[in-house]
Amino acid sequence: MGADAPVDPALGLRLLRAMLRVRRFEERCAELYSSTAIRGFVHLYVGEEAVAVGVLDALGPDDAVVATYRDHGHALARGLSMRSVMAEMYGKVEGCSGGRGGSMHLFDVGHGFYGGNAIVGGGLPLAVGLALAQRRTGSGGITVCFFGEGAVAEGEFHESMNLAALWDLPVLFCCENNLYAMGTALERSESNVDLAVKAASYGMPAWAVDGMDAPAVHHATSRAVAAVRSGDGPVFLELHTYRFRAHSMYDPERYRDHEEVDRWRDRDPIETLAATLRGLGALDDAGWDALEAEVAAEVDDAVAHAEAGTVEPVEDLTRHVYAERNGTAL
Amino acid sequence: MNPDRTVTYREALREGLRAALAGDDRVFLMGEDVGRYGGCFGVSLGLLEEFGPERVMDTPLSESAFVGAGIGAAIGGVRPIVEIMTVNFSLLALDQIVNNAATLRHMSGGQVGVPLVIRMTTGAGRQLAAQHSHSLEAWYAHVPGLRVVAPSTVADAAGMLLSALADPDPVLVFEHGALFGLTGELPDGPVPVDLDRAVVRRPGRDVTVAAHGAALHASLAAAEELAADGVEVEVVDLRTLRPLDHDTVLASVRRTGRLVVAEDGWRSGGIGAELAARVAEQGFWDLDAPVGRVAAAEVPIPYAKQLEDAALVSPVRVASAVRAVLS
Ligand SMILES: Cc1ncc(C[n+]2csc(CCOP(=O)(O)OP(=O)(O)O)c2C)c(N)n1
Repeated sequence: MGADAPVDPALGLRLLRAMLRVRRFEERCAELYSSTAIRGFVHLYVGEEAVAVGVLDALGPDDAVVATYRDHGHALARGLSMRSVMAEMYGKVEGCSGGRGGSMHLFDVGHGFYGGNAIVGGGLPLAVGLALAQRRTGSGGITVCFFGEGAVAEGEFHESMNLAALWDLPVLFCCENNLYAMGTALERSESNVDLAVKAASYGMPAWAVDGMDAPAVHHATSRAVAAVRSGDGPVFLELHTYRFRAHSMYDPERYRDHEEVDRWRDRDPIETLAATLRGLGALDDAGWDALEAEVAAEVDDAVAHAEAGTVEPVEDLTRHVYAERNGTAL
Repeated sequence: MNPDRTVTYREALREGLRAALAGDDRVFLMGEDVGRYGGCFGVSLGLLEEFGPERVMDTPLSESAFVGAGIGAAIGGVRPIVEIMTVNFSLLALDQIVNNAATLRHMSGGQVGVPLVIRMTTGAGRQLAAQHSHSLEAWYAHVPGLRVVAPSTVADAAGMLLSALADPDPVLVFEHGALFGLTGELPDGPVPVDLDRAVVRRPGRDVTVAAHGAALHASLAAAEELAADGVEVEVVDLRTLRPLDHDTVLASVRRTGRLVVAEDGWRSGGIGAELAARVAEQGFWDLDAPVGRVAAAEVPIPYAKQLEDAALVSPVRVASAVRAVLS
């Protein structure tokens, strides 16, 4: 679906709300980072929200998701509560990973969310294995694997693509092409910058999608998911997008110019979809204000919950290294 | 010589790189974001501008390929310095390091040497969680064919690289992430370091503490604290983890009769395990007490601050290990 196809207002509003939740959540995280309530590496997804939101809205409850360290948007879009994600940012027991993982390692197996992986390319083989399990157990689910275009240069990308295609596994590979891997522009890291062509060489359907257009992402994903679910093997989507902010909280951004960032900001996925919905008469000022107020209240609630959360006693330090037997660590 | 020249560990590493690049035009630096970005921790900032893209090469995210290419280039007669962002990511290149760099000289009956330097950040302390915080230098120190060094002072940060480049075999340099902001004097700029020798950083007659990396600084802080109680701790900076200079440690233990080893990595199979074994083998009769060990808790390093702090070596933990071997 391109800009010409009509947007279903109900879907559009759902995607808009989901993107706004991610945006406002992350803006608050940036503030909390400055005030040192949140630490470690924090990678914001600002500008890329249409990708996670558009893709994950098209999945079912039995599907599995593997993400990267830039995972707040995926976690929220997959249905993890904002409370549990914010508590994780604070390192509290109530966090979705019990405070052990932090921003880069959000997990929630109950939501089929198998983590933010902070080794570039490290999630791809896991996704292949989850899909192998799905097929062997006949669960009917599929696995969606998100990764940046930087991962395409890693051996693990190529090995995983081959295995998934060779074994016809139900994986949807979602490459978030935001043009930069930290400071390295795509054309300085890939001999062929057409990533869909690379993927297609493994014998799977592969195409590029406008990753700034949430309904278009949703539409493409629905098609891809139908193909993957039918048992024909993996599909690769290259989602063209852009991160508006630094790679992580530490990044002097010496590698790109402001005009380029501004050009992409003009295509802000939230503003674009809001304008489309206004044009359709599905959104007005009052509707927008209500949405903002609802999301702001949710963020405030998540922060309050995280601040009031439990600091795990250091006596528990070596828990969760092995399975617990009779309530005690091995 | 400028006696008041104080620089950070990060700047000292950069000075070492600059001296290496300026001193030999076969030398080049390659790795992820070493050029335009200035290095993921800012170590190589400005070097691309100074030496140009042929000498400071950005690579794609391909650890196995560019480390392997570094090995090939070293065999082919040039002198690469390969930077891997952190030790956790070096695991993607472990095959090239262990199966190629470490073995080629031996497998070829001495024909193929690999004069390669690989630099990487190690260590925890910044709440980066389990995939960015490990200290795996003891693993590499297990492997014959590799030399493993760990600069823990500003002077070593500047000078060790030059010594590593002069070595005919592969040298792995472990730069501790928690030390980048450490300051110290560098009056003469980078000066080569004897990579075969550990060094006494603080003399004392009661207990020997051997360490490297962040644990060295925890040990020095503990020694300061214990001095107030009249306990004199001798602190040995191991510097080179393979080959491990046990002679310097044994000589110290001969004076003090007691040894504590502090390390940032895990205890099981660690540097302390090796050193304790060697001291038991060769210095048993010099010991007045069992060897003490302080190491990271046996857990992947957690994100939450209080848990990470509890997992790591601290001055308090070193001081209590020292008190334990004294009692
Ligand atoms: C194996 C490995 N090498 C290097 C890094 C350091 N690193 C973290 S993110 C990143 C850039 C990745 O870019 P991309 O895959 O395009 O994803 P993006 O950050 O743009 O979302 C790098 C180099 C890492 N985490 N893992």
